[in-house]
Amino acid sequence: MSQTVHFHSAKEFADRTRAAVGNPAHRRSFRGAMDFLQAKRAAQFPDPQAFENLRTLGEAIRRYSLAHLPDLLERLEARLTANGFHVHWAETAEDANAIALDIARRIEARHVIKGKSMVSEEVGFNHAMEAAGIEALESDMGEYIVQLAGETPSHIIMPAIHKTKQEIATLFAERIPGVDYTEDVDELIRIGRQVLRRKFLAADIGLSGVNFAVAETGTLCLVENEGNGRMCTTVPRIHIAITGIEKVVEKLEHVPPLYSLLTRSATGQAVTTYLNLISGPRRSGELDGPEEVHLILVDNGRSRAYADEQMRATLQCIRCGACMNHCPVYARIGGHAYGTTYPGPIGAIVSPHLLGLESTYPLAFASTLCGACGEVCPVRIPIPELLVRLRNEAQALPTANAPVRGRGAARRMLPSAVWRGWAFVYGHLKTYRLVSWLLSRGRALSPANQGAWTASRTPLVPAPKRLRDLLKEHSR
Amino acid sequence: MSNTSHRHYPAKPGDVYLFATCLVDQFAPEAGLDTVRLLEREGIRVHFPEAQTCCGQPAYSSGYPDEARAVARQQLDLFPRPWPVVVPSGSCAAMIRHHYPSLFADEPTLAERARELGERVFELSEFLVHVVGFQHNDAVEPCTVALHTSCHARREMGSHTTSTALLRGLPNVKLVEQAHAEECCGFGGTFAIRHPDISEAMADDKVQSLRATGAGLVVSADCGCLFNIVGHAAKQDERAGNAKPTLPGEHLATFLWRRTGGERS
Ligand code: SF4
Repeated sequence: MSQTVHFHSAKEFADRTRAAVGNPAHRRSFRGAMDFLQAKRAAQFPDPQAFENLRTLGEAIRRYSLAHLPDLLERLEARLTANGFHVHWAETAEDANAIALDIARRIEARHVIKGKSMVSEEVGFNHAMEAAGIEALESDMGEYIVQLAGETPSHIIMPAIHKTKQEIATLFAERIPGVDYTEDVDELIRIGRQVLRRKFLAADIGLSGVNFAVAETGTLCLVENEGNGRMCTTVPRIHIAITGIEKVVEKLEHVPPLYSLLTRSATGQAVTTYLNLISGPRRSGELDGPEEVHLILVDNGRSRAYADEQMRATLQCIRCGACMNHCPVYARIGGHAYGTTYPGPIGAIVSPHLLGLESTYPLAFASTLCGACGEVCPVRIPIPELLVRLRNEAQALPTANAPVRGRGAARRMLPSAVWRGWAFVYGHLKTYRLVSWLLSRGRALSPANQGAWTASRTPLVPAPKRLRDLLKEHSR
Repeated sequence: MSNTSHRHYPAKPGDVYLFATCLVDQFAPEAGLDTVRLLEREGIRVHFPEAQTCCGQPAYSSGYPDEARAVARQQLDLFPRPWPVVVPSGSCAAMIRHHYPSLFADEPTLAERARELGERVFELSEFLVHVVGFQHNDAVEPCTVALHTSCHARREMGSHTTSTALLRGLPNVKLVEQAHAEECCGFGGTFAIRHPDISEAMADDKVQSLRATGAGLVVSADCGCLFNIVGHAAKQDERAGNAKPTLPGEHLATFLWRRTGGERS
C-alpha cells in the first residue's frame, strides 16, 4: 500500500504534522526512542577521527560503486546467473510486483513469508499479493506488529517504533486467537515467534531485502538480528530477494566497512546477530536452502536521480536510519506524518525520485537545514544541500526532462513575487536604505500580529536606529 | 558540513571588515556596535562597508537561488582589501564561506572571488579566540548563563567551541549546559513561518531545557535563534502574566562587552 502517498498538498502535510506535534504522549515516546538510539550510536563512535576515517572509506566505496554502476550491475547479473540465481529487472514498482506474481503463480503459491524489506514496502508488494489472493506475512517482529495493526512502518529500521508496549499488548490480545493481554516483552516476543514458526513452515515463498549485492562474487548480503531473515531465505522452497539497483558493490572486501558503518549507525551494534551471505540455491548434496533463488532489481526512479550529478549522492544511502534518529523534525512528528515509505531526511531526499515532486515536495521544506542528518550520515550524503536543491527544483520553472519528476510543483505566484520583491530591496542599496529606515522610524507601527511568527512568539520590532546609524554616531 | 577543522588563522590584523548581517542592522544594532567596540579595544580598525545588506541566506534556504544570488552578488564586491571579514553570526558567516562558492558555480570568476572571500570570513567568537586572543577582566557580580549555538555556527563554522571558550574565560560567569544543547531551536529561517507547529514544538523544548538549567540569561552569537528562543519564552511570560522576562537573551558580543568593563556611550 505504501506506494500510495498519503497526502497531496502542503496543507495535508501541515495537518498531519499539527496532529502529530499536538500529541504529547507520542512526542515523549519518540523523544525517548531517539535519545536511546542516539546514545547507542554515539557509544559506537567514541573517537571522532576514527569515525571520519571510516566514513571516508564508506563514502568512497559507495561513490566508486555508483560511478561504475552500469558495469557493476552487468557483472552482478552475470555472476549471479552463474551461481544459479534468476535475475529480473523491474523498471517500475508495478513491474517488480508482476515479476514476483509470475513466480508465485507458476508454483501456485498461497503463502509468502517476508523478511524485512523497505523496497517491498516501496513497491507495495503486500498489497499486490493480497490483491492476487496470496498471503504475504511479515516476519520481522516490528513489521509483524505494524502489519497486524494494519499500519505502515514509521521508521526504516524500527518499523513499530511509534507503538508503546501497552499498545502492542492490546493488539496481540485482540488480533491473535487465544492470546491474553500481557505487557511482558519476552512473552510478547515468544507469542509472535510461535505464530511465525508455523508460517515459516507453511510458506511457499520467502521474500527478503538485500543490504549489499556483491558483483565480483555474485553474493547477496542480508543484515538482521532476529534470524527471521535466515529463515525466510532458507526454509521456503523459493527465495525472492528484492532490492534497488544502487545496492551493488564491486568486491566482497567492500562489505565489511559498509557493514560496520551500517550496524553502528543504525542500532549502535558493533555487529548484528546475523549477517547472511547468500550465494545461490541449494546445491546437490546440500540438506537445506531454497530450490530457486530470484533477485528483482528495482529501478523505480533511481536512474533519473542517477543521471543528475548532485542528486546521484542520494543513491549512496545504505539505509541505516541514523539521519532520522538525529532529525529534530522527525523526533517531533514521527514517521507517519511524512506519508511516504521512507520518512525523515532520507525520505525527503529519496521520495521525490520515486514518486515525483508533485506529491512529495512538502518533505523537502520540512527541515530547518540544521545539518544533524548530514553530520551523522555514515556515507556522507550532503543531505541539507540536497534538500535545498529539491526546494529549488520544486519552485523552478517546469521543463521537460527535468532531473526530477514534477519540477515546478511548488511554484506559486505570490511567494515568487514576494521573493522577487525581497531581492529587489536587499539587492539595491538605495531601496534597502529607504525601506530599513522606514521600518526603524515606523517601529511604533510594527504589527502585534505577525502571523505564524507571533503564534508562539512575541513580535519582532525594529530597533529605533539601525546599526548603520549607530556607527555614524560612533565614529563621530 | 565537517568543514570546521584545520582552519588557518592569520596574525592579529590592523584592519578588519565588519559584515553585520541584516538582522543585526535592523533588529539588534547594539550587538553590531558591541562587536565594533570589542574589536576596536584590541587596537583593530573596523571598516563597515555601508553598501552591505544581507548575505542572501533567507532566499537561498527557501529555494530561491536566483534571488539569493542577486543579493549575494552585491556583497561580493564590498571587501576589496585582503582584510579579514568578521561576522557576528555563525549562520551568515557559513553562508558566505560555504555556500557562496556553489551559489556562483556557473560563473567561474565570481565563484573564485566567493571562495577567496570565504577564506577570510570569520565568525566573531572564532575571530576573538583564534586571531585576537581575547583576554579581559570579568565583572565582579556572579551570573549564570546558558549558551545556545546556532546549527550552522556549530556544524559549519565549529564556533560552539570558541563561544564556549570565551564564556569559560570569564571567571565570575557560570556557564551551564542545557539538555540537547546541540539540537536545533526550530528557527530555520522561513521554516518558522512555513511550519509553525513543528517550529513551535522545537522552540518549546529548547526553552524548557534552557529554563531547567536555572540560567538567568541565554547567550547566543546568532540573532535568528536568539529571537526565536527569547521571543518564545517571552510569549510564555505574557501568557503567564509575568511582568519581567524569565528567560532574557543577549548577543554574545553585547554580553562580552558588558562583562569585560566596556563603556556604554
Ligand atoms: S541518508 Fe545516510 S544516515 Fe540516512 S539512512 Fe541513508 S546512509 Fe543512513
